[in-house]
Amino acid sequence: MAKVPPEKELVSYSLKPDTTAEWMDTPTEFREGMFCHAAKPKDLETVDFPFPHKWSPSDEDWGLPENWKEIILDGMKDRLDKYRSFRLFMDVCVRCGACADKCHFFMGTGDPKNMPVLRAELLRSIYRRYFTTSGKLFGKLVGARDLTEDVLKEWWYYFFQCTECRRCSAFCPYGIDQAEITIMGRELINLLGLNTEWISGPVANCYMKGNHVGLEPQTIVSNIEFLMEDLEDITGKHIEPSFNRKGAEILFVVPSGDYYADPGIYTFMGYLLLFDHLGLDYTLSTYASEGGNFGFFTTNEMAKRLNSKIYAEAKRLGVKWILGGECGHMWRVMNQYMDTWNGPADFLEVPKSPITGTVFENAASTKMIHITEFTADLIYHNKLKFDKSRNDHLVVTYHDSCNTARAMGLLEEPRYILKAICNNFYEMPEETIREKTLCCGSGSGLNAGEDMELRMRGGFPRAEAVREVRDKYGVNTLTNICAIDRASFPALMDYWVPGVRVAGVHELVANALILDENDDRQLDMRMEELPSAVAKREAEAARAAEEAAKAAEAQSDGEPKEGDAE
Amino acid sequence: MKVVGPLIVVLALVGIAWCCTEYLHWYALFGLVIPYVAFALFIIGLIVRIVRWARSAVPFRIPTTCGQQKSFSWIKQAKLDNPSSKAGVFGRMVLEVLTFRSLFRNNKVEKRDSKLGYTSAKWLFIGALLFHWSMLIIILRHMRLVLDPVPQFFQILEQADGFLQIGLPLLYISDVLIVVGLGFLLARRFAIKKVRYISLSVDFFPLFLLLGIAISGIIMRYGFRVDVAGVKEVMLGLVTFHPVPADQLSTILFVHLFLVCTLMVYFPWSKLMHAPGVFFSPTRNLANNSRAVRHVNPWNYPVKVHTYAEYQEEYGEKMKSVGLPLDPEVVSTNG
Ligand code: HEM
Ligand code: SF4
Ligand code: SF4
Repeated sequence: MAKVPPEKELVSYSLKPDTTAEWMDTPTEFREGMFCHAAKPKDLETVDFPFPHKWSPSDEDWGLPENWKEIILDGMKDRLDKYRSFRLFMDVCVRCGACADKCHFFMGTGDPKNMPVLRAELLRSIYRRYFTTSGKLFGKLVGARDLTEDVLKEWWYYFFQCTECRRCSAFCPYGIDQAEITIMGRELINLLGLNTEWISGPVANCYMKGNHVGLEPQTIVSNIEFLMEDLEDITGKHIEPSFNRKGAEILFVVPSGDYYADPGIYTFMGYLLLFDHLGLDYTLSTYASEGGNFGFFTTNEMAKRLNSKIYAEAKRLGVKWILGGECGHMWRVMNQYMDTWNGPADFLEVPKSPITGTVFENAASTKMIHITEFTADLIYHNKLKFDKSRNDHLVVTYHDSCNTARAMGLLEEPRYILKAICNNFYEMPEETIREKTLCCGSGSGLNAGEDMELRMRGGFPRAEAVREVRDKYGVNTLTNICAIDRASFPALMDYWVPGVRVAGVHELVANALILDENDDRQLDMRMEELPSAVAKREAEAARAAEEAAKAAEAQSDGEPKEGDAE
Repeated sequence: MKVVGPLIVVLALVGIAWCCTEYLHWYALFGLVIPYVAFALFIIGLIVRIVRWARSAVPFRIPTTCGQQKSFSWIKQAKLDNPSSKAGVFGRMVLEVLTFRSLFRNNKVEKRDSKLGYTSAKWLFIGALLFHWSMLIIILRHMRLVLDPVPQFFQILEQADGFLQIGLPLLYISDVLIVVGLGFLLARRFAIKKVRYISLSVDFFPLFLLLGIAISGIIMRYGFRVDVAGVKEVMLGLVTFHPVPADQLSTILFVHLFLVCTLMVYFPWSKLMHAPGVFFSPTRNLANNSRAVRHVNPWNYPVKVHTYAEYQEEYGEKMKSVGLPLDPEVVSTNG
């Protein structure tokens, strides 16, 4: 993992960048810590991607095929016809600059090429040169430039410094979405075999094994069984999760991080505890064991190939509908792409909560709902009992992940749940939440180790907002509904706001959920003592001490007594 | 260069129109041929560009959602910022086009050491509104030159625009505001470093051109006092295809007209196409209902996938070892 410079050094940039030279004349400097490793040929081969070859971003020679320019320009032409968004966004920007300071990467680096409008111009200048008359005639005068290897490298560097978070799009008067342009840019780069290891590795894994982390079926099962043992230690309940079961009512799909790594696993335990409590007829699948989709960070086609497993598995198992776990880009895909790619899901039924009878008409076509929709509905109908005080050791704030906020609008459901399950909930500043939420800085496949400085910088604006509520309200818990958040925030918090833990919403749900009248749990999902347990233990200790003191008084001759030491 | 160049071009355009009419008396060219050609190029250009956009597919429904989605009756949906119906989208578009709603959202981030602060930033929004609305009103006011009799709507508009009752001829507020608006937009391109950095010559050119048009118009009205009746005769002649000679008109009118013609020719091939473009923007003009109503991609094609059958073949033994059920149907069909 690359070493990140100390905080002082990292914040020494200015948001009023040096702009003496024109941006086109400013060469791109590949700075260590700001980019990811190159894709491995074998990963590209697994999914039949073009031009698998060995190369490194810091090399002079990227091993491009002879006709690389032609490939890129043909690729552009093709996509200009296929995506109106792409063509339009190439044409209509007025360079008003409203988006300029909305990108967390600009806010955290001060690098002017991280202003969304300039990130777009990197590609737009090539579009002008080869696809517009004025660009062909007047060249640089109208902002056009030739496609060279340096331009390609610049694309690579800056399209992997965009998390496709769409914050810029919310502020643009025409809705110009740099995420769309980055997606196109990455598709083009991909035509030359120039992806990153951190993206293409998970893609290959997911294609062959069903999930990004590359767990084989037996490992998924044993991992989850292991989590269930912990859950039994905590709650006294023995839970038998169900896998690949035909005839279940619901297929439950989560991002693989949730059954793989801390702190996602606590959220996963939360899901399954809730389902067990409800007696839900669900099954997990080892084949469709990934809700997330790193394919989305390579090409539209690859994303579709990975996503296809979900409907295919739902059909094979004969379930009625699909429930999805807490994940950000997964929900961008489920909400805006899945049905179009791999639907219609006419073999499924409109999701209906077996507990409340609520029919989820908003998912009438995809047949897939978000777990916070499911749980919020339960709470609204008084189907769950909570002991909020079990979360009293947590002072909570909530981070809207970019995709659920700006590509879905799932804003209130998680908040509704949080307010029902904990006593201390505080919002971060208005300009940093909901549709204006700031990215974790690690989305869209940037959450690798070697680009840690980039991640710390990109995540700085979010961390800074967390710091504000930590200092003001003592916030110590950053909740979210995104697997990449859960994977990346711990490092970000350690760096900028030490002492703040990261948790999924359903981890806190499980903490507070009262299973039955005998449920007098002492531990939270992380096996830490609950506040009530701590209070009880302290009270007992105090009483014991008091009694001991009394006893000592009675025995005024003062014989030392065993067990008095504490 | 990116500032001086466009300024010189606009000044040259003024000079050309001035010389060719004042000294060379090419009235037919500047009063007849060029306006017709420019208008034709404007219309053709618009159509070409719009058809090109329209022919690009919209494979996915990708609105940028800027508010709460529609889910439960008991959670209030942001119907305009996250529309789920055609009516909502219509409302969102109306607000975008008429009030620049997204621009209204604008804020400014400031950094002090290791702190970031967000402050309100409404100036761009105000400047943009000033300029665009004045321009719309001015264009509408010009309709009196090509319509006879002048419909009441335009007469009322004209009276409203002159309601300050200052000066003779009456001062139009829109004339002042358009210059203020354009001046502000130009000034911020210089003054804000970031904006200057991203600006191209083609960002300065339309501002100079529009300023040229506005100023020459204002000079005609408050300075040289052109013969409006004469202008109307010529303009009516043009739009009814019964042109009358334009020899009588003053030179400044030709300058104004020539700049407008330049704008018409330039418009379809420039960033000014943001005006029709905003209506086509897939992040704004689509409803966020893709889970409820299936969106069809016209070029969707079958892709190679890794099927469950292949998966089971590869991992069947391992699955058996942990008691995962194997699918007999799959095994049999896979031979
Ligand atoms: C549907 C109609 C239109 C809409 C919604 C619209 C909207 C906008 C918005 C939101 C901006 C960005 C803010 C700014 O920089 O001022 C802008 C800029 C601009 N618009 Fe429009 N516009 C429309 C029509 C037009 C027309 C017809 C023209 C000129 C013939 C025009 C000329 C300009 C210019 C020159 C700028 C750039 C200002 C600058 O350089 O800062 N617009 N427009
Ligand atoms: S806000 Fe939109 S129009 Fe303005 S510079 Fe950014 S992308 Fe261009
Ligand atoms: S999508 Fe997000 S990361 Fe990318 S340019 Fe826009 S604001 Fe920056």
